[in-house]
Amino acid sequence: MINNPKSGMTLIVKTITRLTVGLILLFGIYIILHGHLSPGGGFAGGVIVALSFVHIMLAFGKDVAMSKISIGLASNLESIGALMFLVVALMGFLGGAFFMNILAKGRPFELFSAGTIPLSNISIGIKVGVGLFAIFMALVILEGTKK
Amino acid sequence: MELHILLIFMIFAAIVSLEIKDLLSSVVAIGAVGFALCLAFLVLKAPDLAITQLVVEILCLVILIRATIRKDLPLVIEGRWVFNTISTLVFVGIFLLFSWWALKELPPFGKPIMAVVRRYLEEGLSKTGAVNLDTAVILDFRAYDTLGEATVLFTSVIGLMAILRRPGRKE
Repeated sequence: MINNPKSGMTLIVKTITRLTVGLILLFGIYIILHGHLSPGGGFAGGVIVALSFVHIMLAFGKDVAMSKISIGLASNLESIGALMFLVVALMGFLGGAFFMNILAKGRPFELFSAGTIPLSNISIGIKVGVGLFAIFMALVILEGTKK
Repeated sequence: MELHILLIFMIFAAIVSLEIKDLLSSVVAIGAVGFALCLAFLVLKAPDLAITQLVVEILCLVILIRATIRKDLPLVIEGRWVFNTISTLVFVGIFLLFSWWALKELPPFGKPIMAVVRRYLEEGLSKTGAVNLDTAVILDFRAYDTLGEATVLFTSVIGLMAILRRPGRKE
């Protein structure tokens, strides 16, 4: 299905996509995980993660992208991201208040620091990335069935 | 006291918008509820919410009027130009007077009010442990806002899925 020349763009685009799409996904995950240290965070990193899947869909056609992540899995993952964010918020009640930062602060400039902020970033990243890709996928499917 | 007057006015306007027969009057009554809510936010000392509510309310009012009125509204200009001109001038005068009062309250140029921001800048690192102060604000100090934004995105995705799903569409 990947090497089908009928679907998607030309061979040049497919080859370049195969080389770069992993790096784009990795960069998005880096932005999400380092949200409390460097510019970025859940929203920006999630958009980059979604763009890597959109990249696959543009280059290889929608069947390949749907085999990587189906629309049901996408909506499930988005709900999981939203629930994770809510759980992080409710975890604050263990320390006394909603959204209280109860985990250890750690030393500044380290990856494992800032308490619950990295957890919130990860859940928002999952939510935004999968949600944007789900919107794109729904619009593509609508375009396919309209004819 | 002002809050109670506003709340009674909002309840009254909501009942009017439900009971009235004319669609346009109903939409205008809904708009009155929204603007009273905007004033209530101002009374409760939340000016940022009041500005947001004002903008959203104007947008909603325009969209609702366009959606409820099928034909273009009749524009009556003959024979009333004296009244129209005088009322326009009066409203422009009132607007200029209030904006003059508001502009007098602004801080001088180059001296911003940094009451809240200074606290964030000084205590952000020690209170949250996050080096990136943006993230510290949106995920710790203002996490409620972020939860609301995440809810908006979640709701929009659910709405899109519900509109575009296969069983919902007529073939």
